[in-house]
Amino acid sequence: MTRRPDVAYWTGFVVVLALLFAAPLVLPEFWRRFVTEILIWGLLAMSSDILIGYTGMISFGHSAFFGLGMYGAAAALLAVAPPNLALALVSGLVGAAIVAAFVAYFATRLRDIYFSITTLVFSQIFYVIIFTWTDVTGGENGLTFSRPNFGLPGWFSIPFTSDSLHWFVLAVVTGSYLVLRRITQSPFGMVLQAIRENEPRTRAIGYPVERYKIVAVMLSGLFAGLAGVLYALQNKFAAPDFVFLVISAETVIYNVMGGVGTLVGPIAGAAFFLLLREGLSRFLTEYYLIPVGLIFTAMVIFVPQGLLGFLKRRLNQ
Amino acid sequence: MSPPDTTPLVRVDGIHTYYGKSHILHGVSLDVQAGEVVGLLGRNGVGKSTTLKTIMGLVHPTEGTVALEGRPITRLPAHRLARLGIGYVPEDRRIFRLLTVMENLRTGLDRHDVPEDRKRGLLDKAYEYFPVLAERRAQAGGTLSGGEQQMLAIARAMMLEPKIILLDEPTEGLMPRMVAQISAIIDALHRDGVAILLVEQNVPLTLETSQRVYIMEKGVVRHHARASELRHDDTVIHQYLGV
Amino acid sequence: MEQLVVQTLNGIVAGMILALVASGLTLIFGIMDVVNFAHGELFMLGAYVGTTTMVVTHNFWVALVVAAVTIALLGAVIQITTLRPLLGRDPLTTILATFGVSLVLQNYALWQYGPVPRKLSEPITGHFKLFDLEYPYYRIAIAVLSAAIIGGLYLFLKYGTYGIWIRATTQDRVMASAMGIPVPLVHVAVFAIGAGMAAASGVLFGPLIGVNHAMGTDWTLKAFIVVVVGGMGNLGGSILASIFISLLEAYAALWVSPSQAVIVSFVALILTLLIRPTGLFVPTPK
Repeated sequence: MTRRPDVAYWTGFVVVLALLFAAPLVLPEFWRRFVTEILIWGLLAMSSDILIGYTGMISFGHSAFFGLGMYGAAAALLAVAPPNLALALVSGLVGAAIVAAFVAYFATRLRDIYFSITTLVFSQIFYVIIFTWTDVTGGENGLTFSRPNFGLPGWFSIPFTSDSLHWFVLAVVTGSYLVLRRITQSPFGMVLQAIRENEPRTRAIGYPVERYKIVAVMLSGLFAGLAGVLYALQNKFAAPDFVFLVISAETVIYNVMGGVGTLVGPIAGAAFFLLLREGLSRFLTEYYLIPVGLIFTAMVIFVPQGLLGFLKRRLNQ
Repeated sequence: MSPPDTTPLVRVDGIHTYYGKSHILHGVSLDVQAGEVVGLLGRNGVGKSTTLKTIMGLVHPTEGTVALEGRPITRLPAHRLARLGIGYVPEDRRIFRLLTVMENLRTGLDRHDVPEDRKRGLLDKAYEYFPVLAERRAQAGGTLSGGEQQMLAIARAMMLEPKIILLDEPTEGLMPRMVAQISAIIDALHRDGVAILLVEQNVPLTLETSQRVYIMEKGVVRHHARASELRHDDTVIHQYLGV
Repeated sequence: MEQLVVQTLNGIVAGMILALVASGLTLIFGIMDVVNFAHGELFMLGAYVGTTTMVVTHNFWVALVVAAVTIALLGAVIQITTLRPLLGRDPLTTILATFGVSLVLQNYALWQYGPVPRKLSEPITGHFKLFDLEYPYYRIAIAVLSAAIIGGLYLFLKYGTYGIWIRATTQDRVMASAMGIPVPLVHVAVFAIGAGMAAASGVLFGPLIGVNHAMGTDWTLKAFIVVVVGGMGNLGGSILASIFISLLEAYAALWVSPSQAVIVSFVALILTLLIRPTGLFVPTPK
């Protein structure tokens, strides 16, 4: 089947990209930062979509990947002076990869609910370790560090401004999206979806389902870790709160609200949720989660395909 | 063929039933009079079991109606229908394996509007029909043999005091001695005034025990005759069942 | 040595509470394939209803009953509004839906009761001498009561019409329906019972710690672990697993801090999933 270039899709893509690019130029600092954070959480949610939307495995443990990416970057930025961007990236990704390998091992032996519960447990294990191993991780207080410069050691080095950091994040997230899109639409991605639709049949046809699942988890974990690195760069601190299951929970919320299996859906879900939170918290202070929870539950029941679910077919061409 | 102007006990009219995307029943119509034994024959996969399931409310048709004593019951859930007098004995028996024989019977017996002595009477009747169940009453259902499980499935349906029992392939996988027993039980139920809609692969048994027979093919009823006619002239049987 | 005995007692007490919470969860899962993420919140709300009732009546036992009944009703409402529409859909949607419910309930509690923990006074004060220590009677009472409630549940399931209905529905929902058992009603009832049990645990456990909106989260997680280790849907297994894990945690607390001791349960889960995924305390299927 030849793929028709979808003009509408690419037009939309360019428009959105342009808007996001222009954000720091037109928005006040608070909202600029808000948009950057949407992108970062969006990346986290998108990484989770690989598992939830494409392979059919609901992970409640993405906070572990995110957190390890964040702490990995933090470690690199603290250990080496001057702080080095590339090292931070690599270190964060390695941290996430280790956790991902751990989880991947179990992913292949567990199905459905058992897998979900186990991921939840894992993220809690890492939370407890990070929270209590104060010497290394700073415990409750976390770690603070300075932001590295953009550049390659020995070649060039430009300090980030808040604008250029935004563009850097945008570039990374956009690049990640394009890579993930390529992957989900490749034969590999098709097999993942087949696993989601009907795992026994896919196995019966002859696909080594275990191996596909391992790769899916690793992929998901790496991009989640990348989001963690970006967050560390943006905020210059790492805290155990980000390894807590609230983060995993919010990730799942973004996915469901935005539409699983679409890649961009979760980003939209993150935007929707964060905007809701921002808006509602002005009226309801800390209790914004009550209406959000109600909306979320209602969506699970009545709009399970999420906000962008109706575009699922279009987005996956 | 059926006496005119008598409301049948069960009437199925033009039902279309799907399993997901598969269109199984393409407009099935049949009826069963009170106290009658009606056979439903056909090759594997023509929709005989699906017809029973539709009557029982376990699947809902997208078109068509099912009526019990003239009253439409098409959209009612199975548990209501069981209370209204439809008993179901499925193809794979589906007795509750971890419940004892007695508890299995109680799933049908424990109805709050039934006085104790009537319950006692029903139990006695079940043990009379199936003495082996009396012996095994405290045993878990899963420990019974295939034939015993079939008997339990029928006895369990009887506990509902049904007006009609939907019997799906009761003799499947049973030894000839048990097949004869099933035949005797169908006759006994008939004498008790219980109507039966019998789906079977065993043609001789069906012709022997039924008054009328429907033959299905590819999701519709193709032929309808008195059992006596088919006993004398089996060309139709050969035509539809290749037996 | 004394430490060991004290911790054993503590472990058993905690285990019984956990068993009470977990049996509700396992019952719900066994019948309806629903993983109730909101179970910890029902526990928490039970404790809160207990505290407010105590303020009015000054009687702990009345508070216990009121809390159990109120939360059971809440459970019924939740089942009917959010879970019934999901029957027949992918079971993972129930995780998401109950998760949404847990968000609402937890923040509702925060909103209604505020962030400051409340005190629930124990009904039985007084200690007895255990070696050199004073061990509170109340803790023993908790263990006994929890055992009694679980025992009551067991008897209810084993004998009696409704027990048969519940067990039949667990084994074969479709056939139960065909036998006239009102399956939707059974589902509501079971969820309500599970909720009531969680609430009762909350009230019983309340005097041991402060009652606050976040107290449920830990228990949800632990209860899940217990349910998996004990065998999903296996009542006896989850009780044994509850005690087993709580004992291990209590002993671990002798060496490491309590917040680290929880890793014991996590490790137990992982080992179970690796070695014997159907449950450590489940007899090998024939």
